[in-house]
Amino acid sequence: MNNNCLAELKGVTKRFGAVVALDGLDLEVRPGELLALLGPNGAGKTTAISLMLGLLQPERGTARLYGQSPLRVEARRRIGVMMQEVSPAPDLRVREQIDLVASYYPNPARPEVVMEMTHLTPLARRYYGKLSNGQKRQVQFAMAVCGRPKLMFLDEPTVGLDVQAREAMWATLRQLVGDGGSIVLTTHYLEEAEALADRVVVLAKGRVLAAGSVSEMRALVVRTRIRCVSTLAVEQVGAWPGVGSVTRDGPRLEITATNAEAVVRQLLAADEDLQELEVRRAGLAEVFTELTQEDTK
Amino acid sequence: MTANPEDPGATMSTRRLLHAYLTEAKYECLRLLRSPAFAGPFLGLPVLLYLLFGVLLFGDALGKDPKAALFLFMGFATFGVMGPGMFGFGITIATERERGLFALKRALPMPPAAALLAKLAMSILFVAIIMVTMVAAEPLGHLKLTAAQLAGMSAVNILGAAPFGAIGLFIGTWASAKAAPALVNLLYLPMIYLSGFLIPMPKSLEWIERLSPAFHLHQLALRAIGAPNVGLPLAHVAVLAAVTVVLTALAVRRLARVG
Repeated sequence: MNNNCLAELKGVTKRFGAVVALDGLDLEVRPGELLALLGPNGAGKTTAISLMLGLLQPERGTARLYGQSPLRVEARRRIGVMMQEVSPAPDLRVREQIDLVASYYPNPARPEVVMEMTHLTPLARRYYGKLSNGQKRQVQFAMAVCGRPKLMFLDEPTVGLDVQAREAMWATLRQLVGDGGSIVLTTHYLEEAEALADRVVVLAKGRVLAAGSVSEMRALVVRTRIRCVSTLAVEQVGAWPGVGSVTRDGPRLEITATNAEAVVRQLLAADEDLQELEVRRAGLAEVFTELTQEDTK
Repeated sequence: MTANPEDPGATMSTRRLLHAYLTEAKYECLRLLRSPAFAGPFLGLPVLLYLLFGVLLFGDALGKDPKAALFLFMGFATFGVMGPGMFGFGITIATERERGLFALKRALPMPPAAALLAKLAMSILFVAIIMVTMVAAEPLGHLKLTAAQLAGMSAVNILGAAPFGAIGLFIGTWASAKAAPALVNLLYLPMIYLSGFLIPMPKSLEWIERLSPAFHLHQLALRAIGAPNVGLPLAHVAVLAAVTVVLTALAVRRLARVG
């Protein structure tokens, strides 16, 4: 066990029937980091988290939480959890849900403090079953933080939240990491990983495709995206050197290029009427698409 | 890093641990009391049926037959023990499993067995409420049980919540939320009629009674008030204890494996 990690999967294989969910996966969570697990549906993100929480047992390899088996309640007293597809009791009020989960921890925050932090104070006396989906996610988030855990596992935490609530949750997550906490987050929203993560791990078919900081991940795929309004034919641009792919979206051309400068020069020379030229480095979305597509080829 | 299991951050004081068990039990009871459509029938039915049959419909006839009056009273008391455990455990556990709540609680540091002990506390509390309603209805049924007899009967029946809780738990850990009510009823309804505590069984079919935990509890309750009863008390206790231990062990094993 690496002494410098809080949770760890080592050479873990997990099958569900004939489907290999995780295939010799190595994954570690370090102190003070926000680790984003990215991957298409069925990549093994939730399975990886479930193994670190002790909800599933590996067929091969080991899962450790604070150096112990995740089945030990002492290990789990330092973690907070927000899972997908969990619905807490509908007939308990918001404050009661938080009070109940807080009772599992040695030194929890008071429910009032947690509700203030997660913007739930006005909903304190509302029954969980009467909340909107977004509000329910906020309560589940409050249940994850109420024990003042050092490490949190958040499975798709912002699904169903409106923009304002999502921004507020991001701010709280940044604050928690700033205060020395660690967070493992799975997400479908690439901008979420881009905005929050110190480290990104891309999973596909139960294996790590790539891991690193957001900028390291971008550098993996040295592509640039060029957008412009142009009448040039897709086939014509696609034949130029340095052009990866070209698509047309109404009057706009979308080009990915390995040599942006050369392609832009050629575009301007070929189309005098070209407008609204836009050039930017590939975001995580493009990197992610490219990595997972390469893997499925 | 903090890989030391003795780290004070991860140890719970006895006071905090007790608080966790009590909090779990408090919210378990609160939840069921807030669902009157669910809890109402098994809380109110025993005394209502007793008042209907034992007082309103056949009160006069029973007034002339103290043995029959006692049989009916004790029968509905045993009937009251079955509901909270079988329905309260069976259906809530199946529903909570389907909602992913058990998986979440396994991932969270909930003290081991807190959820099950909370449900046991809930069913004991509910049986106690049912016993209070039965004791309150007793003077209307031409019975003259002493306070000691009523206390003895109530105590036996309240302890009797455990085996029925275990039956509910076992069903709840194996059945889906949709199937659980049907499965509980499939066991509950025949048990009412085939345990001999409401309708005496013909001599040739008395062996069926002995298969039912309700029969054994009924006999113990009869013994507690000094009424005629059959079988050895130790044998009845052994059957009820075995049902409780075996079914709980099987259910806990399954909960730990699949949630």
